[in-house]
Amino acid sequence: MAEGSKDQASTGTTDPEEDSPNMIVYRKIEDIVTRIQDEKAGGVAIRTVKSFLSKIPSVVSGADIVQWLMKNLSIEDPAEAIHLGSLVAAHGYIFPISDHVLTLKDDGTLYRFQSPYFWPSNCWEPENTDYAIYLCKRTMQNKARLELADYEAENLARLQRAFARKWEFIFMQAEAQVKIDRKKDKAERKILDSQERAFWDVHRPVPGCVNTTEMDIRKCRRERNPHRVKKSVYGVPDDGQSQPSPIHISSQPTRKPTKEDVQKEITFLNTQLDRHCMKVSKVADSLMTYTEQFMEYDPFVSATEPPNPWVSDDTSFWDLEASRDPSQQRVKKWGFSLEEALKDPTGRDQFLKFLESEFSSENLRFWLAVQDLKRRPLQDVPSRAQEIWQEFLAEGAPSSINLDSHSYERTSQNLKDPGRYSYEDAQEHIFKLMKSDSYARFLRSNIYQDLLLARKKVSRTH
Amino acid sequence: KTSFNCIFNVSFSLRFKPFRRRPLPAQRKYMRSPLTPEMATQEVQLNETLAHLKTESETLKSKLEEERAKLHDVELHQVAEKVEGLGQFVMKTRRTLKGHGNKVLCMDWCKDKRRIVSSSQDGKVIVWDAFTTNKEHAVTMPCTWVMACAYAPSGCAVACGGLDNKCSVYPLSLDKNENLAAKKKSVAMHTNYLSACSFTNSDMQILTSSGDGTCALWDVESGQLLQSFHGHAADVLCLDLAPSETGNTFVSGGCDKKANVWDMRSGQCIQSFETHESDINSVRYYPSGDAFASGSDDATCRLYDLRADREVAIYSKESIIFGVSSVDFSLSGRLLFGGYNDYTINVWDVLKGTRVSILFGHENRVSTLRVSPDGTAFCTGSWDHTLRIWA
Repeated sequence: MAEGSKDQASTGTTDPEEDSPNMIVYRKIEDIVTRIQDEKAGGVAIRTVKSFLSKIPSVVSGADIVQWLMKNLSIEDPAEAIHLGSLVAAHGYIFPISDHVLTLKDDGTLYRFQSPYFWPSNCWEPENTDYAIYLCKRTMQNKARLELADYEAENLARLQRAFARKWEFIFMQAEAQVKIDRKKDKAERKILDSQERAFWDVHRPVPGCVNTTEMDIRKCRRERNPHRVKKSVYGVPDDGQSQPSPIHISSQPTRKPTKEDVQKEITFLNTQLDRHCMKVSKVADSLMTYTEQFMEYDPFVSATEPPNPWVSDDTSFWDLEASRDPSQQRVKKWGFSLEEALKDPTGRDQFLKFLESEFSSENLRFWLAVQDLKRRPLQDVPSRAQEIWQEFLAEGAPSSINLDSHSYERTSQNLKDPGRYSYEDAQEHIFKLMKSDSYARFLRSNIYQDLLLARKKVSRTH
Repeated sequence: KTSFNCIFNVSFSLRFKPFRRRPLPAQRKYMRSPLTPEMATQEVQLNETLAHLKTESETLKSKLEEERAKLHDVELHQVAEKVEGLGQFVMKTRRTLKGHGNKVLCMDWCKDKRRIVSSSQDGKVIVWDAFTTNKEHAVTMPCTWVMACAYAPSGCAVACGGLDNKCSVYPLSLDKNENLAAKKKSVAMHTNYLSACSFTNSDMQILTSSGDGTCALWDVESGQLLQSFHGHAADVLCLDLAPSETGNTFVSGGCDKKANVWDMRSGQCIQSFETHESDINSVRYYPSGDAFASGSDDATCRLYDLRADREVAIYSKESIIFGVSSVDFSLSGRLLFGGYNDYTINVWDVLKGTRVSILFGHENRVSTLRVSPDGTAFCTGSWDHTLRIWA
């Protein structure tokens, strides 16, 4: 097996893409496996285990790894440690010596650590030619432990068909590798063979296992030099037929800021400096108050009545919400703020009903009309905006609303070139008016109180 | 360094550093002609080199950080010590939706609280009744990697897009046999992949974010661009609209590690947060709209408050090393659910900052996570080709 240069074995510190998302995870895993192997610093004991006729060098038990993870990463639940350990294995950093499936077991199963040469952070994308050489080489050796598994035999057959014309070349490469391997000492060979196998278990996983080399296409562009010549695991020179990976979309590196960009940033920062902000203690209180107020409505925190449809398989909860009769709990929510009352269609209807009884429904109707305006298709906006003006603001308007002269002037100006936001000022003004005036009276009204206290209406038939 | 800059200026731009800025003897050697009064005023503006501006920007940033730090008088979790702790949670998979042929990349809930739309790497967009697990509609997109999908507020249409750089709207027909692709409407056009899309309060406007570094607001009927949002220095990966009925803002997160809050009317960025150490994959508003959470490849979720203009909480653990792909709040904002690239969901107590639960089940990365409109469940989509409903 060809050894790469020392550079590849080391963790590429000269790499400008160190902070790409995949690298961040790899570095963290590498930190973990380095610590696990450091016996002097509280790592696990890596030892040689005697089995029937031979010795198994350089192994650790799964249980030891789980214990270490729990102790050193503050994990309380063994299931979590096993899950993390399995991911470390799935990414190819540790592997069971007698299995192609890369998971961690919390028992005496023996594991070995992967050589840094094969670490995923080296951005391996091994070609099928390399895989063919590897499988071919395995068939040339008489060791029982190196016999091909069924899926590997199938893969080899497929590759033989695909590479029919250059099979002689592959065969020769495989022979050369066998020769190199034979020169190594027995124990070293056992270790290297297993590491090599684990490498292929990551890049050509057992059918049904997760392929952890798959990448999120949105992040691919920032991988190291996407058009690099791929290095071969066995030092086979690139015959020019390997294509740049189709997942490497043309890269758009982070734009270098221009003078305009920085000027904009300066303007922005100055605006931020002028902004009046609240203390963290105040916002913390506010967040806590809001959350506590709504916790009784939060199905994840408080049991719902009727029960949660997803749990009970019964839609009564939804049927009740959709019915015309709002529950007391729901009516209570309308009292939290005007926003909450308007969010609920029934709350909105009741508020409108109340305003009509006071002959002051034009404010709410205006507010609703402006909301509707903003939801219209672009081409409908100018005509609709005019209609709103006619209905609510024009002289002699049928539903005349009371705007301060400043907002009136602004709105009138906006209407010269009507858009979705022409009425923003007016709407804000009217909302504040409703909030400070009619909303408070609504909460005290019979319409609201009857619903809140679930007072039954006196039947007319009596 | 100063003299080097002088040489640069003279040979490449034949400009002079105004005396009032750099009255250094070495500089005068390189002047070519006397400075006239008009040129002096012009040069003051034109000759603010990038280096100067950057220094000014850095100074302002430090000053801003200093000012904000003065308001950081306490930690959220300290204030929350007096809040009652949450009990044990029993959250399980209640439904598993199988049918996609490849990684599920995105999903969204219908306002009816039971239907969902999901999209996949295999190019398919499926509408499900998650309660019965029945598939109701399926569309095959012309591209693979459909990274974004959204349900219209009316429940009558879905929007989706991805590697095709577009966002298209498909009206949902009542006739199950009708070919939805026939009525497809192309709305948004970006110059790189579509990473996220969302309808505003109506079926008539869509907000999109893209790998081209911009967000945009579109009129569905005409396909016209209503507003574009520039400011991210790299791909924008996610967005969320503010929950307020009257609000006109949204937040976006990108590969530049920034979360930006935008005014939809003017296109201006009104607030910006940069504390994550890697890509921000997901942003979601806290239910009151006063704060938002983010999830990043740096394996942390963070809470930013808009009134304090600051990060107020960070949700992380030594044992969590894989990136967060998506986040969402429970209805009250007490819980934050995070879908992770280590196949798990971590549930956080937003106020106390602790993890209350870890959920196993998916067999590959969790790529998308959303809480249902009435908060009774949340749905996750995964690279294992399935979606799960949890409650």
